[in-house]
Amino acid sequence: MQPTLTKNETTSSLEQGKANMLKEPTPQQIADGRIYATMGVTDAEYAHICELLGRKPNYTEIGVFSVMWSEHCAYKNSKPLLKRFPVTGDRVLVGPGEGAGIVDIGDGQAVCFKIESHNHPSAIEPFQGAATGVGGIIRDIFSMGARPVALLNSLRFGQLTDERVRYLFEHVVSGIAGYGNCIGIPTVGGEVMFDSSYEGNPLVNAMCVGLIDHKDIQRGVASGIGNPVYYVGPPTGRDGIHGATFASEELTEESEAKRPAVQVGDPFMEKLVMESCLELIQSGIVIGIQDMGAAGLTCSSAEMASKAGNGLELHLDEVPQRERGMTPYEMMLSESQERMLFVIEEHNEAIAMEIFDRWGVICRKVGRVTDDGRLRLTYGGEEVADMPVRGLVDECPVYEKPSQVPAYYTANEAIDTTSYPEVVDVNEALLKVLGSPTVASKEWVYRQYDSMVRASTAVAPGSDAAVVMVRGTRKALAMTTDCNGRYAYLDPFMGGRIAVAEAARNIVCSGAEPLAITDNLNFGNPEKPENFWQMEQAVDGMAEACRHLSTPVIGGNVSLYNENAKGAIYPTPVVGMVGLVHDVDHITQQGFKQEGDIVLLLGTTQAELGGSEFQTVIHGVTEGRPPVVNLDTELNLQHAVLRVIQAGQVQSAHDLAEGGIAVALTESAISGSIGVTADWHIEGLRKDVALFSESQSRVLLSVRPQHVEAVLESCAQYDVPVQRLGVVGGDRIQLRVNGEAAIDVARIEAERVWKDAIPCLMQ
Amino acid sequence: MKVAVLVFPGSNCDWDCVHAAEETLEGATVERVWHTTSDLTGYDLIIVPGGFSYGDYLRSGAIARFAPVMSAVAKAAEDGVFVLGICNGFQILTEAGLLPGALRRNAGLKFRCHYSNLRVTNNSTAFTSGYEANEVIDIPIAHGEGNYYCDDETLAQLKRNNQIVFTYESNPNGSIEDIAGIMNTSGNVLGMMPHPERAVSDLLGSKDGVRMFASIMKAWRERHATNVN
Repeated sequence: MQPTLTKNETTSSLEQGKANMLKEPTPQQIADGRIYATMGVTDAEYAHICELLGRKPNYTEIGVFSVMWSEHCAYKNSKPLLKRFPVTGDRVLVGPGEGAGIVDIGDGQAVCFKIESHNHPSAIEPFQGAATGVGGIIRDIFSMGARPVALLNSLRFGQLTDERVRYLFEHVVSGIAGYGNCIGIPTVGGEVMFDSSYEGNPLVNAMCVGLIDHKDIQRGVASGIGNPVYYVGPPTGRDGIHGATFASEELTEESEAKRPAVQVGDPFMEKLVMESCLELIQSGIVIGIQDMGAAGLTCSSAEMASKAGNGLELHLDEVPQRERGMTPYEMMLSESQERMLFVIEEHNEAIAMEIFDRWGVICRKVGRVTDDGRLRLTYGGEEVADMPVRGLVDECPVYEKPSQVPAYYTANEAIDTTSYPEVVDVNEALLKVLGSPTVASKEWVYRQYDSMVRASTAVAPGSDAAVVMVRGTRKALAMTTDCNGRYAYLDPFMGGRIAVAEAARNIVCSGAEPLAITDNLNFGNPEKPENFWQMEQAVDGMAEACRHLSTPVIGGNVSLYNENAKGAIYPTPVVGMVGLVHDVDHITQQGFKQEGDIVLLLGTTQAELGGSEFQTVIHGVTEGRPPVVNLDTELNLQHAVLRVIQAGQVQSAHDLAEGGIAVALTESAISGSIGVTADWHIEGLRKDVALFSESQSRVLLSVRPQHVEAVLESCAQYDVPVQRLGVVGGDRIQLRVNGEAAIDVARIEAERVWKDAIPCLMQ
Repeated sequence: MKVAVLVFPGSNCDWDCVHAAEETLEGATVERVWHTTSDLTGYDLIIVPGGFSYGDYLRSGAIARFAPVMSAVAKAAEDGVFVLGICNGFQILTEAGLLPGALRRNAGLKFRCHYSNLRVTNNSTAFTSGYEANEVIDIPIAHGEGNYYCDDETLAQLKRNNQIVFTYESNPNGSIEDIAGIMNTSGNVLGMMPHPERAVSDLLGSKDGVRMFASIMKAWRERHATNVN
């Protein structure tokens, strides 16, 4: 455990802290020197703060306002867009606004999940950046009262040929592994993609899924005037000060100097905090509980007070500290990890203390709930800050940023992606695409994650979606993250739509009914109108798909200012989706199962190479328009697939994604360790275009011969075009197109290329 | 049969062991036992589960060996009670001197989690009588420090006494002689890096772990029957 200061040390620390406060700029100096600007506060915002306070803010106050009004905490640039998402549904128990959303799964049980980014910290300090991203999202889940049962992560990096990218990739993965493995929550899925657009600004989005009984759902509210407020977790240090502000600006060469703004994680401590807090919640005495995430003590206290419509008084001398002479400013802005804040009634204190003592976790009373609607801070008996809670939480100005269609988007309309010279050797092309790190096996990554702890993982990483069983029931949860940044770059609206549609398709292919999504909007600097346009379009595309597929948004995260020297990253609205497997018998994977099974292709293939893996790997460009997804077609496909899976008629199911049918067929063969012989009739498309087109709403099924008729019938009922493609068996992957030889490769050879690609690059 | 599953701060496979024991050991009472407990009288099987006890800080198992419960484990082991250490539990047992050798960082320096083929090199033990001699079974591994090491003399002893119980078919971590699990000379204490508690149903991918628990139950019944007669 980290050492906390002794009583004598605390006294001298207080004197030192007071001395340090004297060195802080005065309110007048803050105004004259525009010191607020260095904290990301604009002149207009500063004026507004002065108005709210009726005076000029002191150093602590301006610090608190600056983090509360950062994009990371206030969503000031994205709020108008987030309102466009559908957030309600029959199953939604808790929507956006709390630590994490919660969805009903029947029998008094529910699933709680959320995704969050740690992009900027990971760009500077990849191991700790990624690790604390995982730690933060786990706290969001257990602070709702849920038991975390699974982790996923969605990662984006530049090209692995670059040394710095390899460094970031290696350490982000070990940071995720280090945290998840130690705390004992399995990392079961996610995605990794590589594109130069993310060079220097990788994306690290972590998602956590938890299980909860309806009766245990908690809220982050500070209610009951006079109730004590408690601090739980390791002592506060100076790490992570201004982390939220740092996350709300572009990375520059000077960012390296902000390494101290990256927090340091301790998964062992979090395990103890998690177990003790869940026990506290189970004891039934908690009134409100919230984790100290971005903006630490500031954000948790202000939000808890705001949700209850109350005020809060914090006695900062009582805050456990591990460094001497910390000022109120530093304590309020520290993002030291693994800390929680909760409210109980005073007479229950002994119950709480017994639990935390047993787990060896520090718990200390640091304040109380007040009725004046103010956040008041005292230090050494003196009041050092006094701010209106409503002002901090609700009065942050919201900006409607100008939006402008980027020139590249207009120019792309004229590009014909079918006019590239024909690739005759499609076998060689397939091997190249299989060896591209985005398509290649991610075993190198997920083998470092404990994907099986909790002994509930039915489908580990490597299939369309991961599946985790719900102990004591026949139910299971399917989960996935999806987003193709290239599609979203070429057409943010369609890219947003596809991200949701593909996530749902993955969920369905694993045998589950899609429930809801959490989203992580990763974009560039919103102050550039072209970037804001991308955001607007992507959100509209996602919102439309969510409505159509009945998968509301129950929470999420926005990460802006993701830029490198070449400009904004590809817009990357990551979708984290969870689905319900009604019976474990429905669990389905992508690998072929048995010789003699019939392979069916559902859906329609068109000439759609814009943003495809083939276009990038073979032709070296990302241009044109991405594939088009029709949501009616998509919904029909998903209904048909789910119905035949639930009827027990499906051996394997695999969504067609990057690399089209050529890659999907190969992956099913590799995963199943068995070959396939297929003959595909496709009208009007050149062979290479047909094989690598990434047309949406397509699924590859393998079924037992006796079930073929029934599956064809169900497809007809849902108006889903279906073709009998071939038969599972042998040790080669053979696909003829219109009777002509096309793909013909030994399964072992394909597997070698696919599996060795990333390890070779990382050696 | 009464089973204790120890819980140290940072244990994270304790519940998995409880569930596996409950599901596979018919009629057994399974209890989680806190690291501060100093008396383990009455238990027939003590499971030291996996996880990151005390964060694995300093060295895995190095702090846990000082927990009060470990003296009770040593006494129980001496009394012939079955002790099964899995993953971090194996590390703790070697640190506590209940099993020889040590677990070092994996040769590849990376954590590894996947299914692993194990050869049952000794099936005449209380833990493995349910397996065929030299049978290859499928049990997952998940560790960063599973690279078993001991000096030549100890190794010769392990071989001479048939103390090597499991070996890897494909060595994932650099363990000497592919060792995955060993037992003490009396045959009542087994330590292994792979996780049998994660291989107890087809839905999890393998149920090869079930026979380990069944073997322990059989051994306990035999001993019990002998005692009664």
